[in-house]
Amino acid sequence: MNGTGGLSRRGFLKVLAGSAGALVVGMPFEAATAADAPLPLAFLGDTLYGLGVYVRIDADGNVLIGARDPDSGTGNATTLPRIIADELDADWQRVTVVPLGLGVENGNGEANWIYGHQLDGLGTSTTAAWSDLRQVGALARWLLLQAAARQLGVPAEQLQAKAGVVIAPDGRRLGYGSLAEAAAKISPPTNPVPVKTADRYTLIGQPAGDVDAHAFVTGQARFAIDHQFGDALVAVLVHCPWPDGSLDGIDATETKAVKGVVQVLPLLPEHGQPLGSTVIAPAVAVLAENTWAALQGRAKLKLQWKPGSSDSESSAALEAHAIDLLNDKKQAPTTRVRNDGDVDAANKKAAMRVEATYLQPWLAHATAEPMNCMARIDKDRALLIVPTQAPQQAWAVVQRLTGFKPEQIEIRVPRVGGAYGRRLDHDYVAETVMLAKAAGKPVRLLWTRDEDFTHDYYRSASVHKLSAALDRKRQIISWNQRLASASARAGRGVPEQRLWTSELDVNQLPAGLLPNYRSDWYALQSSIPGGHARGMPHVNNAFAVESFIDEIAHSLKENPLDTRLRLLGQPRQIPLHGFGTTLDTERLVNVLKRVADQIEWKNWLRTVNGLGIACWHVNGAYVAHAIEASLERDKLTIERVVCAVDVGRVINPTGLEGQIAGATLDALSTALNLAITYKNGQIQQRNYKDYPLASMAQLPNSVEVIVMPGDREPTGASFLAMPSAAPALANACCNAPVAHSPLRPAVIRLRHDGRLAVMLDPCRHIVGPLPACQRRRTMASLILQ
Amino acid sequence: MAQTQVQAAPGISSNKIVPEAAREGIDLEINGKRFRHTGDAHMPLLWYLRDVLQLTGTKYGSAQPGNGADLVLVNGKAVSAITVPMKDLADKKVMTVEGLASADGKLHPLQQAFIDEDAIGCGYCTPGWLIAAKELIDRKRDPSDSDIDQLPNLCRCGCQTRVRRAIMRAAASLNGGQA
Repeated sequence: MNGTGGLSRRGFLKVLAGSAGALVVGMPFEAATAADAPLPLAFLGDTLYGLGVYVRIDADGNVLIGARDPDSGTGNATTLPRIIADELDADWQRVTVVPLGLGVENGNGEANWIYGHQLDGLGTSTTAAWSDLRQVGALARWLLLQAAARQLGVPAEQLQAKAGVVIAPDGRRLGYGSLAEAAAKISPPTNPVPVKTADRYTLIGQPAGDVDAHAFVTGQARFAIDHQFGDALVAVLVHCPWPDGSLDGIDATETKAVKGVVQVLPLLPEHGQPLGSTVIAPAVAVLAENTWAALQGRAKLKLQWKPGSSDSESSAALEAHAIDLLNDKKQAPTTRVRNDGDVDAANKKAAMRVEATYLQPWLAHATAEPMNCMARIDKDRALLIVPTQAPQQAWAVVQRLTGFKPEQIEIRVPRVGGAYGRRLDHDYVAETVMLAKAAGKPVRLLWTRDEDFTHDYYRSASVHKLSAALDRKRQIISWNQRLASASARAGRGVPEQRLWTSELDVNQLPAGLLPNYRSDWYALQSSIPGGHARGMPHVNNAFAVESFIDEIAHSLKENPLDTRLRLLGQPRQIPLHGFGTTLDTERLVNVLKRVADQIEWKNWLRTVNGLGIACWHVNGAYVAHAIEASLERDKLTIERVVCAVDVGRVINPTGLEGQIAGATLDALSTALNLAITYKNGQIQQRNYKDYPLASMAQLPNSVEVIVMPGDREPTGASFLAMPSAAPALANACCNAPVAHSPLRPAVIRLRHDGRLAVMLDPCRHIVGPLPACQRRRTMASLILQ
Repeated sequence: MAQTQVQAAPGISSNKIVPEAAREGIDLEINGKRFRHTGDAHMPLLWYLRDVLQLTGTKYGSAQPGNGADLVLVNGKAVSAITVPMKDLADKKVMTVEGLASADGKLHPLQQAFIDEDAIGCGYCTPGWLIAAKELIDRKRDPSDSDIDQLPNLCRCGCQTRVRRAIMRAAASLNGGQA
């Protein structure tokens, strides 16, 4: 259906210039494509309400739609064009999706982003597209209908548009292709064209596979790593093991003797020099005619590195420090993030107190496609092929290093092989530009997997200490969360009072549900660079909070579903700070009840396996998981996973199911297997053996995804299913019958550090078959990673 | 840089037949076409495919067998292309993801099933899954869940449940059932 092949924007525009009679809606690219001018077409869209994303209808009826946000497996290449195509009433079978590179033009020397939102990540693409991309399709349809009205002599209001055809009341039909030329000559209206009402959607809400699926399964899809410039040198790197270290000695004699090796270049950013959005470690690059020569040369480098001050740091020491910090009740937090009511006063009235500590490790991104980039830097022009989530930020890095004018930098973004927040940082782009400038030739940079694992921007470990007070009526009357972590925003010029924003969500459960609620953040210092990670800050917090609610339920000897339902209470709207929207408790209750029904929660004490449940809300979207797990000897088996989501209106149910199942599996894989550790300031995981993403066998055979019907504004879903999956699994493990003690290996594996887990574990180890009422328990803070 | 050429017929001069000099190199077949590699015999197959032939469907995963993104079939067996030096491939038959569809472009049932089940996340590991699954269903027409459990591929996007469905669907289609 859709194939974009290797169609570059430039190539596409040439095609465009050569074909007459096309209707083009969107911002023209004259500035960037002077070589292709003059364009014989009447471009529309200069007044397109600030939008730059375009639709093009050819005389033969084929439709090209630009996908403005990168797609790293998030579905943007399919979802965004379908939003436009629906408004256009296009025939999807005749739509070809063209990935848009970065849209930038010169606005008095400053970059002017002509496509608006160009960001893949943080779950923002769908909401942004919903607010502006529908206009693109609506305007194009409006123009086509006006053209048809003139041709048919029938008022436009009486015409119907359907799958690329305009139909008159008397049955006469005109294809969009035959109307394109005339439509292109009609002036767009001064006011925005109204968008469709929901009853007229034809594609929105209907399932659609990935537009590039055919290219993927035939091996024709080209990621950035698959691109070549004929004369480009391949560059591979050895980074300094310490982010703040320095090069102390280099012997490249043997490297240079390798056939095909061209140059060995030290890449020595001044210490602390921000090249991307954060510091990067020094490195030595081997540039060669081909990858194999570069890799052989790399293996023969003899390098001495001098550690910086970070060589005494370890992840174990950081965690121990965090626990000490939180155990010392007199320590003032770095930031008091939220403080509703009076927690201390409420605690004094408590009939019962519950407290638990949760520990989660450092994590890497482990994208399938490693960091790589290709750059051609000429005297007055830079062309880059970048696997990025944020092309505008990639542009800023290139601009800083070249001093070029906005329009002299072209950033192309093919499909991206996984991102999860890693590609919001552009250290690898900075390196490529520096190498291309130094070598005087185009460079394609490839990070080997060991570099990718050891020079990430990691998700910080976190220690949560939660406490709650309950009154005699078993109501939770106060909640106090204290979190210690290293901010993902540290070292990035973010003011200290804002560093908490990457670590805590001010609106996270159960904030707003309780009269007395306090959350405090304690900053940890680490030389390991931090960065954005998928679903943060929700993932770590949801694990702690949703595990803790089960602890409270256990203390009350109550069904944990009932505890949650009591906490959520009567249907009501709770204002979300800083969002202008509300937490709709009914929607959260509904997803909880749906997963509970599906997994037959009523049997939660009677099933031979453990059942666990958890829920969360993210920016107006709601999610719940119910998981059935069995623990047998040293084997943990995830028997069943149910996930219900409420994302408002669903654009593409197939894509949504993929995102929900995918994020669920990602979260479970992380919880079961993954931790980054460092010793002497050096990351210890260097390959997949050390950082084993879950195998097929470890994961459940299916994820039952339930999508709640809804007609509210659509929300992003790319990481929605991350937060509640791991706590549901942990809760299921706690509820599972346990016949051995102490903690069984399978469960210990859930924690990355058995020593700490045992130390923190306040619960008893139980031997032998248990009466049902006691069986949920074993590991209070079964600190699942 | 390594050289490659399709094996040519022996040259024929105008007057007399000149015996062709013995040529160095490793002959192998890739996706049904014959190639001769005359470069470094230790070059891993992965870089031969990607850098020399520009068959970029086979992806770099890591220096060791890693996430399965670099799987290819060598004489029908799935191997990690980065671990196989060219010298081990003399007279071997290699199949990459580009060779799965038939010459007229008709997709292999596995490819079609991956599309139908939308068993694709970011797409980077998709070729590796297809190769591993091809080996499996060539070996076992009716694979069980535990057969699929043995596949070596990793996927951070979490496509495993959809991949499983796609393999089952392709197997059903190959066995004459409804795809």
